[in-house]
Amino acid sequence: MSTPYAKLPGWVEYGLIPLINLAVAFLVAGLVVLLVGENPLEAAYHLINGAFGRGEYIGFTLYYATTFIFTGLAVAVAFHSGLFNIGGEGQAYVGGIGVALACLWLDQMMPWYVVFPLAIVGSVFFGALWAFLPGWLQARRGSHIVITTIMFNFIASSLMVYLLTRVLKPLGSMAPQTRTFAEGGQLPKLDWLLSIFGLNIGTAPFNISFLLALAAAFAVWVLIWRTRLGYEMRTMGHSPSAARYAGISESRITVVAMMMSGGLAGMMALNPIMGEQFRMQLDFVQGAGFVGIAVALMGRSHPGGIIPAAILFGVLYQGGAEIAFEMPSISRDMIVIIQGLVILFAGALENMFRPAITRVFAARGQRAAALVQTKGA
Amino acid sequence: MDFLHVLFVLLESTIRVSVPLVFAALAGLFTERAGVFDIGLEGKMLGAAFAAGAAAAVTQSVWVGLVAAVLVSVALSLVHGYASITQRGNQIVSGVAINFIVAGSTVILGEAWFRQGGRTPALAEGARFQTINFPGADAVREIPVLGPVYADLLSGHFLLTYLAFAMVPFSWWILYRTRFGLRLRAVGENPGAVDTAGISVIWLRYRAVICCGILCGFAGAYLSLAMTAGFVKGMTAGKGYIALAALIFAKWRPLNIMFACLLFGFLDALAIRLQGTPLPLIGQVPVQLMQALPYILTVVLLAGFIGKAIPPKAGGVPYVKER
Repeated sequence: MSTPYAKLPGWVEYGLIPLINLAVAFLVAGLVVLLVGENPLEAAYHLINGAFGRGEYIGFTLYYATTFIFTGLAVAVAFHSGLFNIGGEGQAYVGGIGVALACLWLDQMMPWYVVFPLAIVGSVFFGALWAFLPGWLQARRGSHIVITTIMFNFIASSLMVYLLTRVLKPLGSMAPQTRTFAEGGQLPKLDWLLSIFGLNIGTAPFNISFLLALAAAFAVWVLIWRTRLGYEMRTMGHSPSAARYAGISESRITVVAMMMSGGLAGMMALNPIMGEQFRMQLDFVQGAGFVGIAVALMGRSHPGGIIPAAILFGVLYQGGAEIAFEMPSISRDMIVIIQGLVILFAGALENMFRPAITRVFAARGQRAAALVQTKGA
Repeated sequence: MDFLHVLFVLLESTIRVSVPLVFAALAGLFTERAGVFDIGLEGKMLGAAFAAGAAAAVTQSVWVGLVAAVLVSVALSLVHGYASITQRGNQIVSGVAINFIVAGSTVILGEAWFRQGGRTPALAEGARFQTINFPGADAVREIPVLGPVYADLLSGHFLLTYLAFAMVPFSWWILYRTRFGLRLRAVGENPGAVDTAGISVIWLRYRAVICCGILCGFAGAYLSLAMTAGFVKGMTAGKGYIALAALIFAKWRPLNIMFACLLFGFLDALAIRLQGTPLPLIGQVPVQLMQALPYILTVVLLAGFIGKAIPPKAGGVPYVKER
């Protein structure tokens, strides 16, 4: 916060600047499409159509969005405490263990509404555990959280390959995945929610964990802006030295914030495992942990911004599949580029257009002030 | 004798897989000692590997490939520099962004230009690096111990391999024995003092970032022009992060970097070698454990259980001139 920028109106700060950054990211992505020799407008058409064209498409869009709300919130909670949790990917992956264990244990005996709460607890526990270690190491041993969480992503990946190929795999099966869960391990779809709007969900795996994601977003808002712990976290995020003078325990906040972040990332595992595949597969996270970084940056770490940002990435994922289908030279990797560009322009270069915008508003403010003066005279 | 033979095969592949790590870790050394954290090593290496593969395939010249690799990598470094030095953005965020942009665009552009599923065309002999055989290597191979050391370990590598190991003392010399190096290290510890001395912090950091780009370019070129004949999508496969781990493991020192990279390379070679074969005493070691070992070791080191890794003091903090 060392850069002195003039204060801007709220709608500019939280609306206009993110939108401009986003627009630039998409413009550059459009240039890449041009470079490949395709029409960006056509790509945009397929993107929108693929994401919203049918009830089924909308279902898929919201299914992806659910995942990204969880990982976005995870990154945001850590951001508020001044921590960069880049390990959402690994925490979500390990969180899957909790989901799988609950399902493997109870799916044949209990209905989903008994298994689901247990799976939530399991996912939060394992996700938080995987974030606890980096948090604790930062708090007590001073190791840099970014590096440790990166390392933990790789360790998680090796660990999960080991577990899925040796431990959790049913006997006699070759595929590195758990057995398919019975009914108790399958979450009900939210077809009724879409049918209110007259939409048919089709085969889309849009499920009840979407509501859990919304609840989590609300809970994060309450936590960060309405509780004492949230206040302490934000204090530490803004100024660690001020927090220290105020008697806030830095190591406690670091560990607690990281565990909450990891727990939220872990909850992401519910959506694909219990909502779509009904088993735990190798690499089920598929980069969602990293998308969370883009989502949190775009949403300015506020749940009210994270939900639309997550939906935008849901659109990219679902619509991107449609682009890949209609325009073979643009594969799904286009999404990865857009994701990177969003992270670059909404994150690292977030202040690039700020001086210009500030100048515009300063000029307007002066003119308005001058106007008031002349009228008064 | 059989054991010795296995050992030599292992050591030879250790050298082969360590080269990109050495280049990339030294690249990271330059920026991080100047106070710019860089987790975009992976992306720069991948971008360079793609540029090298694509340019060499089109022009059939290995040198054009190498130059293209360095240019692309330096360009990516400058993006990182612009974001983190000029715009004072978050350096980690910028590095993450570069990794994603490169991971996506190498596949998209590769597919659009060559239509081989994200690969570049396989390179013919003239378009890739050839191994250099020292005189008399074949003649002395039969001599026990010293023969294979000369013939397999010292001779028979690529030009870039020798360059990588030559870069280790050279980087040390630049950082510890030149004025530029002294200032570079100072700007990573206390940029305010450097600024007070009338030296531009910004320009110095940009130069460090360019050095990083050049070295990452070599790392990428090695992957697609020497180790394999052409670019394959995602071919860095986390090597940039291993290099980052090696850099920290080496406590930001050039000579240690070489040893850390050789250690991590050895673990990699060993993991491939040991696949499925039980070890005496320990029994069968899961491959996944071997693969995770570099990361685990780095975490343990960072936690201060093996010595203490202290990063450059001003690392990650953008410099703001006093007003």
